[in-house]
Amino acid sequence: MEAFIANFNYWIYIILMMIGLFAMIAKKNLIKKLVGMSIFQTAIILFYVSIGVKQGATIPILPEEAVHPKTTAGETSHHNGEDGDAHAGELPEIDAQDYTNPIPHVLMLTAIVVGVGTLGLALAIAQRVHYHYGTLEETEILKQIQSGQ
Amino acid sequence: MIPSFDIVILIFLVVTAVIALTLKDLLASAMVLGIYSFLMCLLWAEMSAVDVAFTEATVGAGVSTVIMIATVYQTTRKSRD
Repeated sequence: MEAFIANFNYWIYIILMMIGLFAMIAKKNLIKKLVGMSIFQTAIILFYVSIGVKQGATIPILPEEAVHPKTTAGETSHHNGEDGDAHAGELPEIDAQDYTNPIPHVLMLTAIVVGVGTLGLALAIAQRVHYHYGTLEETEILKQIQSGQ
Repeated sequence: MIPSFDIVILIFLVVTAVIALTLKDLLASAMVLGIYSFLMCLLWAEMSAVDVAFTEATVGAGVSTVIMIATVYQTTRKSRD
Protein backbone atom coordinates (compact mmCIF):
# COMPACT_ATOMS: atom_id res chain seq x y z
CA MET A 1 0.00 0.00 0.00
CA GLU A 2 2.88 2.35 0.80
CA ALA A 3 4.47 1.75 -2.60
CA PHE A 4 1.08 2.26 -4.26
CA ILE A 5 0.65 5.70 -2.65
CA ALA A 6 4.27 6.70 -3.31
CA ASN A 7 3.99 5.94 -7.03
CA PHE A 8 0.39 7.16 -7.40
CA ASN A 9 1.38 9.59 -10.22
CA TYR A 10 2.65 6.70 -12.30
CA TRP A 11 -0.50 4.61 -11.77
CA ILE A 12 -2.67 7.52 -12.87
CA TYR A 13 -0.33 8.12 -15.81
CA ILE A 14 -0.85 4.54 -17.00
CA ILE A 15 -4.65 4.74 -16.47
CA LEU A 16 -4.96 8.06 -18.35
CA MET A 17 -2.77 6.81 -21.19
CA MET A 18 -4.89 3.67 -21.58
CA ILE A 19 -8.12 5.74 -21.46
CA GLY A 20 -6.73 7.91 -24.28
CA LEU A 21 -5.57 4.91 -26.33
CA PHE A 22 -8.97 3.21 -25.88
CA ALA A 23 -10.76 6.37 -27.06
CA MET A 24 -8.51 6.71 -30.11
CA ILE A 25 -9.25 3.10 -31.14
CA ALA A 26 -12.80 2.35 -30.00
CA LYS A 27 -14.69 5.66 -30.30
CA LYS A 28 -16.38 6.10 -33.68
CA ASN A 29 -16.78 9.90 -33.59
CA LEU A 30 -13.79 11.80 -35.00
CA ILE A 31 -13.91 14.56 -32.35
CA LYS A 32 -14.01 11.90 -29.60
CA LYS A 33 -10.90 10.33 -31.10
CA LEU A 34 -9.16 13.71 -30.87
CA VAL A 35 -10.26 14.15 -27.24
CA GLY A 36 -8.63 10.77 -26.60
CA MET A 37 -5.46 11.92 -28.36
CA SER A 38 -5.33 15.03 -26.17
CA ILE A 39 -5.69 12.91 -23.00
CA PHE A 40 -2.94 10.57 -24.25
CA GLN A 41 -0.55 13.49 -24.80
CA THR A 42 -1.15 15.06 -21.38
CA ALA A 43 -0.68 11.63 -19.76
CA ILE A 44 2.81 11.36 -21.26
CA ILE A 45 3.60 14.91 -20.08
CA LEU A 46 2.41 13.88 -16.59
CA PHE A 47 4.90 10.99 -16.65
CA TYR A 48 7.81 13.23 -17.60
CA VAL A 49 7.00 15.93 -15.04
CA SER A 50 6.62 13.24 -12.34
CA ILE A 51 10.22 12.13 -13.01
CA GLY A 52 11.57 15.57 -12.04
CA VAL A 53 9.71 15.83 -8.70
CA LYS A 54 11.77 15.57 -5.51
CA GLN A 55 10.48 15.26 -1.95
CA GLY A 56 10.61 18.61 -0.14
CA ALA A 57 11.96 20.50 -3.13
CA THR A 58 10.76 23.91 -4.33
CA ILE A 59 10.33 25.51 -7.77
CA PRO A 60 13.56 25.72 -9.82
CA ILE A 61 13.94 29.51 -9.47
CA LEU A 62 16.80 30.87 -7.33
CA PRO A 63 15.91 33.46 -4.64
CA GLU A 64 17.43 36.90 -5.12
CA GLU A 65 19.81 36.51 -2.14
CA ALA A 66 21.42 33.50 -3.81
CA VAL A 67 22.34 35.52 -6.90
CA HIS A 68 22.88 39.06 -5.54
CA PRO A 69 24.04 38.85 -1.92
CA LYS A 70 22.77 41.62 0.37
CA THR A 71 25.19 44.42 1.19
CA THR A 72 25.01 46.66 4.22
CA ALA A 73 26.09 50.12 2.99
CA GLY A 74 25.78 51.93 -0.33
CA GLU A 75 29.55 52.23 -0.62
CA THR A 76 30.16 48.49 -0.45
CA SER A 77 27.26 47.90 -2.83
CA HIS A 78 28.88 50.13 -5.40
CA HIS A 79 32.21 48.43 -4.85
CA ASN A 80 30.59 45.00 -5.09
CA GLY A 81 29.02 45.85 -8.43
CA GLU A 82 32.37 46.68 -10.01
CA ASP A 83 34.26 43.51 -9.19
CA GLY A 84 31.65 40.90 -8.42
CA ASP A 85 34.09 38.04 -8.95
CA ALA A 86 36.17 39.02 -5.94
CA HIS A 87 33.10 38.58 -3.70
CA ALA A 88 31.86 35.36 -5.34
CA GLY A 89 32.91 33.39 -2.27
CA GLU A 90 30.25 35.21 -0.21
CA LEU A 91 27.39 33.70 -2.18
CA PRO A 92 25.34 31.16 -0.17
CA GLU A 93 25.60 27.51 -1.13
CA ILE A 94 23.00 26.31 -3.65
CA ASP A 95 22.04 22.69 -3.11
CA ALA A 96 20.52 20.92 -6.12
CA GLN A 97 18.38 18.78 -3.79
CA ASP A 98 16.37 21.88 -2.83
CA TYR A 99 15.07 22.41 -6.38
CA THR A 100 13.09 20.16 -8.70
CA ASN A 101 14.78 19.04 -11.90
CA PRO A 102 13.86 21.57 -14.62
CA ILE A 103 15.09 19.49 -17.59
CA PRO A 104 11.86 17.41 -18.00
CA HIS A 105 9.82 20.63 -17.67
CA VAL A 106 11.67 22.28 -20.53
CA LEU A 107 11.26 19.20 -22.72
CA MET A 108 7.53 19.07 -21.99
CA LEU A 109 6.98 22.74 -22.84
CA THR A 110 7.75 21.80 -26.44
CA ALA A 111 5.50 18.75 -26.18
CA ILE A 112 2.50 20.88 -25.07
CA VAL A 113 2.88 23.26 -27.99
CA VAL A 114 3.34 20.39 -30.47
CA GLY A 115 0.25 18.73 -28.98
CA VAL A 116 -1.89 21.81 -29.60
CA GLY A 117 -0.45 22.00 -33.15
CA THR A 118 -1.43 18.41 -33.94
CA LEU A 119 -4.86 18.92 -32.34
CA GLY A 120 -5.49 22.04 -34.45
CA LEU A 121 -4.43 20.32 -37.67
CA ALA A 122 -6.56 17.26 -36.90
CA LEU A 123 -9.61 19.43 -36.13
CA ALA A 124 -9.12 21.28 -39.44
CA ILE A 125 -9.04 17.92 -41.27
CA ALA A 126 -12.17 16.84 -39.35
CA GLN A 127 -13.92 20.01 -40.58
CA ARG A 128 -12.98 19.14 -44.18
CA VAL A 129 -14.24 15.59 -43.67
CA HIS A 130 -17.55 16.93 -42.34
CA TYR A 131 -17.76 19.35 -45.29
CA HIS A 132 -17.24 16.50 -47.75
CA TYR A 133 -19.29 13.69 -46.17
CA GLY A 134 -21.74 15.63 -43.98
CA THR A 135 -21.01 13.53 -40.88
CA LEU A 136 -18.34 12.96 -38.25
CA GLU A 137 -19.17 9.30 -37.57
CA GLU A 138 -16.52 6.92 -38.81
CA THR A 139 -18.97 4.13 -39.72
CA GLU A 140 -21.11 6.43 -41.90
CA ILE A 141 -18.06 7.83 -43.67
CA LEU A 142 -16.83 4.29 -44.44
CA LYS A 143 -20.33 3.35 -45.68
CA GLN A 144 -20.41 6.36 -48.01
CA ILE A 145 -16.94 5.56 -49.36
CA GLN A 146 -17.89 1.93 -50.04
CA SER A 147 -21.23 2.78 -51.68
CA GLY A 148 -19.61 5.44 -53.85
CA GLN A 149 -17.23 2.98 -55.52
CA MET B 1 4.66 18.04 -3.23
CA ILE B 2 1.64 17.68 -0.96
CA PRO B 3 0.58 14.00 -1.21
CA SER B 4 -3.14 14.26 -0.31
CA PHE B 5 -3.80 17.27 -2.59
CA ASP B 6 -1.91 15.44 -5.34
CA ILE B 7 -4.05 12.31 -4.97
CA VAL B 8 -7.33 14.28 -5.00
CA ILE B 9 -6.37 16.10 -8.23
CA LEU B 10 -5.24 12.84 -9.88
CA ILE B 11 -8.54 11.12 -9.06
CA PHE B 12 -10.48 14.12 -10.43
CA LEU B 13 -8.33 13.91 -13.58
CA VAL B 14 -9.39 10.32 -14.26
CA VAL B 15 -13.05 11.21 -13.55
CA THR B 16 -13.05 14.19 -15.94
CA ALA B 17 -11.25 12.16 -18.64
CA VAL B 18 -13.93 9.46 -18.47
CA ILE B 19 -16.75 12.05 -18.46
CA ALA B 20 -15.27 13.86 -21.48
CA LEU B 21 -15.26 10.60 -23.43
CA THR B 22 -18.73 9.36 -22.42
CA LEU B 23 -20.76 12.55 -23.04
CA LYS B 24 -22.90 12.44 -26.19
CA ASP B 25 -22.86 16.25 -26.58
CA LEU B 26 -19.59 17.33 -28.22
CA LEU B 27 -19.75 20.90 -26.85
CA ALA B 28 -20.08 19.58 -23.29
CA SER B 29 -17.24 17.16 -24.05
CA ALA B 30 -15.01 20.07 -25.10
CA MET B 31 -15.87 21.98 -21.92
CA VAL B 32 -15.08 18.98 -19.70
CA LEU B 33 -11.77 18.61 -21.56
CA GLY B 34 -11.08 22.25 -20.60
CA ILE B 35 -11.74 21.34 -16.95
CA TYR B 36 -9.33 18.41 -17.38
CA SER B 37 -6.63 20.74 -18.73
CA PHE B 38 -7.07 23.22 -15.86
CA LEU B 39 -6.83 20.37 -13.33
CA MET B 40 -3.64 19.26 -15.07
CA CYS B 41 -2.35 22.86 -14.79
CA LEU B 42 -3.15 22.86 -11.06
CA LEU B 43 -1.32 19.55 -10.65
CA TRP B 44 1.78 20.92 -12.32
CA ALA B 45 1.81 24.08 -10.25
CA GLU B 46 1.58 21.80 -7.21
CA MET B 47 4.38 19.57 -8.54
CA SER B 48 6.51 22.80 -8.74
CA ALA B 49 6.68 22.83 -12.54
CA VAL B 50 5.41 26.40 -12.84
CA ASP B 51 6.58 26.98 -16.42
CA VAL B 52 4.68 23.92 -17.61
CA ALA B 53 1.65 25.12 -15.63
CA PHE B 54 1.69 28.53 -17.36
CA THR B 55 1.94 26.93 -20.79
CA GLU B 56 -0.81 24.42 -20.05
CA ALA B 57 -3.18 27.13 -18.75
CA THR B 58 -2.74 29.35 -21.81
CA VAL B 59 -2.10 26.92 -24.65
CA GLY B 60 -3.55 23.63 -23.44
CA ALA B 61 -6.69 24.82 -21.65
CA GLY B 62 -7.24 28.10 -23.50
CA VAL B 63 -6.38 27.65 -27.15
CA SER B 64 -7.27 23.96 -27.58
CA THR B 65 -10.69 24.45 -25.93
CA VAL B 66 -11.40 27.42 -28.19
CA ILE B 67 -10.44 25.62 -31.40
CA MET B 68 -12.41 22.55 -30.36
CA ILE B 69 -15.54 24.66 -29.70
CA ALA B 70 -15.01 26.40 -33.05
CA THR B 71 -14.89 23.00 -34.78
CA VAL B 72 -18.03 21.83 -32.98
CA TYR B 73 -19.88 24.96 -34.15
CA GLN B 74 -18.63 24.47 -37.72
CA THR B 75 -19.69 20.82 -37.82
CA THR B 76 -22.21 19.14 -35.52
CA ARG B 77 -22.91 18.90 -31.80
CA LYS B 78 -24.27 15.37 -31.70
CA SER B 79 -22.17 12.28 -31.23
CA ARG B 80 -23.37 8.70 -31.35
CA ASP B 81 -20.91 7.28 -28.79
